[in-house]
Amino acid sequence: MNIIKPSYTIRTTGLGSCVGVVIYDKKKEIAGLAHIMLPDSSLAKSGQINVAKFADTAIKELVQILVKEGARMQFLKAKLAGGAQMFQFASGGDLMRIGPRNVEAVRKELSDLRIRVVAEDVGGNSGRTIEFNLNNCLLNIRTVTKGTKNI
Amino acid sequence: MSFIEKINPLQLDILKEIGNIGAGNAATALSTILNRKIDMNVPNVRIVSFDEMMEMAGGADHVVASVFLRIEGDASGSMFFILSLPVAEYLIRKMIGDESFLINSVPYTELALSCLQELGNILSGSYLSSLSDFTRLNIYPSVPSLSIDMVGATISYGLLELSQVSDAAIVIDIVLEKDQLFADSINGHFFLLPDPEFFDIIFSALGV
Repeated sequence: MNIIKPSYTIRTTGLGSCVGVVIYDKKKEIAGLAHIMLPDSSLAKSGQINVAKFADTAIKELVQILVKEGARMQFLKAKLAGGAQMFQFASGGDLMRIGPRNVEAVRKELSDLRIRVVAEDVGGNSGRTIEFNLNNCLLNIRTVTKGTKNI
Repeated sequence: MSFIEKINPLQLDILKEIGNIGAGNAATALSTILNRKIDMNVPNVRIVSFDEMMEMAGGADHVVASVFLRIEGDASGSMFFILSLPVAEYLIRKMIGDESFLINSVPYTELALSCLQELGNILSGSYLSSLSDFTRLNIYPSVPSLSIDMVGATISYGLLELSQVSDAAIVIDIVLEKDQLFADSINGHFFLLPDPEFFDIIFSALGV
């Protein structure tokens, strides 16, 4: 989890079932990225949790940091990518469909915070590398088999 | 203190020995399939962060062929057999007897994919049966699943169980190699990523 100001880009590589969430305020020129690994911090079994990896904790934390750094809550927008199903298992337990669950959790968290999702590229079964450019607020997505695109 | 930090040097040595025996069996199985001598080097048993693990496999967006399977039975975990694309191509060519096969031609042929899956199956099966003999536990692999994609995307899948309790993994990394067999030096990696309870079960079975 990290934030950027002009004129940088921020990226995360090799997203599979994880979800990359970019939250930004275009006018104030500030953006942040969280790399969500699991949907819910209640899944954590040990005492100390790493807030950066759960949808419910990471997004709140990221928004707090952004607002502290000058972003305005009501103008925040989000773009997300990831949540793929990399492997198909016949005997899939709940953890095996973690990609879709991560996406659901991220969407719910954003909607609770009244942050609009303006673009997304989720699901499927390919890994993604994403890079957000603050200059044009476009999220570049690269996959191995489908090439690159901007959303 | 996370459970991973509680593992002592003796226990780490035992994991290494398990790795050694398993690797020996896997190398023998691969030699038999390819009718060539395959060596393995001394396996690494290391406690690494998730990020370091991605680096070990060539970086999170490095494209590899990986066979993934779940370890089930008395102790559970995830296992990856990771091959660089040139090595995967070489192995498929040998197994299907078609020297013109190219791994970059998407969509991948059914036969090629099933070859790799089967290879992963045999290797991890021979590895797990030695682990099973060693510990007298009932441990068996699930049906393998294959993906040709970014390392980060595939490995993070095997870290899900573990990531609920820890940000580090114990990696039993086995490198299989054969002199002058492969054009590049990256050979096959095995990653064994035990679930959190795995160690308690294994160590108590061994009485350490």
